[in-house]
Amino acid sequence: MFGLNKKDSTLLLIVAGLVLLAPFLLNPFPEGSAMAQFNAGYPDLMQRFVIFGIFAIGFNILFGLTGYLSFGHAAFLGVGSYAAMWMFKLFGMNVLPALALSILMSGLFAVVIGYVSLRRSGIYFSILTLAFAMMSYALAYSVLAADMDGPDQQGLLQKGLTGGETGLQLTLDDPRILGQQTAGDGNLPVPSLFGLEMRSASELNVGDWVFTFSAGYYFSAIVMLLSFYLSIRIFRSPFGLVLRSIKSNQQRLSYTGMNPKPYMLAAFVISGMYAGLAGGLMAAMDPLAGPERMFWTASGEVVLMTILGGVGTLIGPVLGAGAIKYMENILSKINSDILHSWFAFLPDGLEDFVVTLIYPFIGKGWHLTLGIIFMLVVIFLPGGLVEGGQRIARAMRRKKQTASDDDTKAKQPAE
Amino acid sequence: MGILEVKDVNKNFGGLKALSNVNLSVAENSVHAIIGPNGAGKSTLLNCLVGKLIPDTGSVMFDGQSVLGRKPHEINQMGISRVFQTPEIFGDLTVFENVMIPCFAKRDGEFRLHAVEGMMNEAEIVEEAERMLIDVNMIDKRHAHSASLSRGDKRRLEMAMCLVQQPKLLLLDEPTAGMARADTNNTIDLLKEIRDKRDITMAIIEHDMHVVFSLAERITVLAQGTPLVEDVPENIKGHPKVQEAYLGEAA
Repeated sequence: MFGLNKKDSTLLLIVAGLVLLAPFLLNPFPEGSAMAQFNAGYPDLMQRFVIFGIFAIGFNILFGLTGYLSFGHAAFLGVGSYAAMWMFKLFGMNVLPALALSILMSGLFAVVIGYVSLRRSGIYFSILTLAFAMMSYALAYSVLAADMDGPDQQGLLQKGLTGGETGLQLTLDDPRILGQQTAGDGNLPVPSLFGLEMRSASELNVGDWVFTFSAGYYFSAIVMLLSFYLSIRIFRSPFGLVLRSIKSNQQRLSYTGMNPKPYMLAAFVISGMYAGLAGGLMAAMDPLAGPERMFWTASGEVVLMTILGGVGTLIGPVLGAGAIKYMENILSKINSDILHSWFAFLPDGLEDFVVTLIYPFIGKGWHLTLGIIFMLVVIFLPGGLVEGGQRIARAMRRKKQTASDDDTKAKQPAE
Repeated sequence: MGILEVKDVNKNFGGLKALSNVNLSVAENSVHAIIGPNGAGKSTLLNCLVGKLIPDTGSVMFDGQSVLGRKPHEINQMGISRVFQTPEIFGDLTVFENVMIPCFAKRDGEFRLHAVEGMMNEAEIVEEAERMLIDVNMIDKRHAHSASLSRGDKRRLEMAMCLVQQPKLLLLDEPTAGMARADTNNTIDLLKEIRDKRDITMAIIEHDMHVVFSLAERITVLAQGTPLVEDVPENIKGHPKVQEAYLGEAA
């Protein structure tokens, strides 16, 4: 199907099914119940799942296939967001041209950064990309945020190209030459796809359950599925094979008549464009872009996502992105009151003790939980969550096999 | 005029003269061995041929073109393939994938962005790689992870990766180094088969005299960076200069 073999088509269909049914699957607990806070099926979080999924899928094309660890991929995320914002400000609120410019601009940045950084490999490559990303951050934070209009004017560039610390925002004065300057009600217009507003959503009430279907989520989800499909094609292509051979033995590759440099650069640019696309989608879901999107912690996060899910696997980065975003948004919302209500059945002294034990791992301490889970995965499951899944599947198969072996033995006639 | 012409090549590392005035001519479709004691400059010479090192002076012509200043992948595209002392293969890939890469390199040149074409549309490449694996008797191991192969099989695979490109010149750097006797003999048989079946020129750097005398048609003896003699194997065996270089002045 679509030029994929049977196994990959099945994977794509499963992912498509999960993504499209996510509003149901992520909302298993009825509204108002004690477990409702573990529901992740609200548009804002679901959008983050798929957008960071795209970011991690792209990162995995570079890191998973070639083994080059970029520590500055957030720079492309930021570039994508700023590019989309400028498209919204100058031309109109349609998301498609905005995403196109995001991909184009991040691609151009990736050509420049990649060309320089790929002169080195290993740790030096990582440091170079990190340096570029932090320079981009500094540029966005201060240099490019200076007033470029001239002192007497109050124009578009009054806060520079990036808006500095407060970020780049839409204003009512933006020209938007191809769209409306203001919405019908006099407010700021919102990003839309040919009139379908990204923040519009409809709710479905089934008993105590509330399921939300947001246009923004489904748009991002479809973009994510397309990106995922493209990444499968890249993984299975001759180009993907050459990238894996770079990871395996670069010397042999050049003595085999291929020039590793352009292959590396192509992989770097493709993965930068994925990051730009993710950045553009972030701006399309919430029209605001700040420099913190380029900060090194954002670059580190995508590394964590990819490793947690499974480096070099197709689905791993998406799982990793989902796991980290889920913890970030759900664990961090638990506070000590909630803990107390959970453990209220225990005797008072014991209740306090248990709450004190757990407290460091929730709320603002969710990073601690993430760190522990990350360490456990790296030590016991070097292949990430995907390896965990494979091990469970293998164990199940073995169990089945022994069961069926027993069956055949039982059926054999006694001699 | 040979297919490979090395003229007056000098290479110094600091004060050390690794190669001084090396002249070498390898005739087309012959097997030429380069022998010599440790430190004679054999590997340095080989590295000058494949673009890893650039000689200080002199010229290296292959098939009428200079190879000097070209990158390893460019030299490979001219028709020179190299087998390393320890087999260099793509350990993370399967045997079959290992052979496919040189097939792509031969067809597509040093770079081509074929990022979304599926492998199912590459029937010719698949067929070519399969034929090669049948030739070297490895077709039953096609799905094996190549890092898990035995040393002899790794050598065989590396050889297959070079041969599938149909190079004009195959350079072999101690192809039997560190091998057990049985593996060595297998390798000799494989190389003989290649020599007899294909129009190919081979240049072998070797320590093992057994290998050299079973294969080579001409032998160059290097010592301390200079060629001592060049002759057919029968004349090399008893040559006094060669014995001197290998056994020392006293002998």
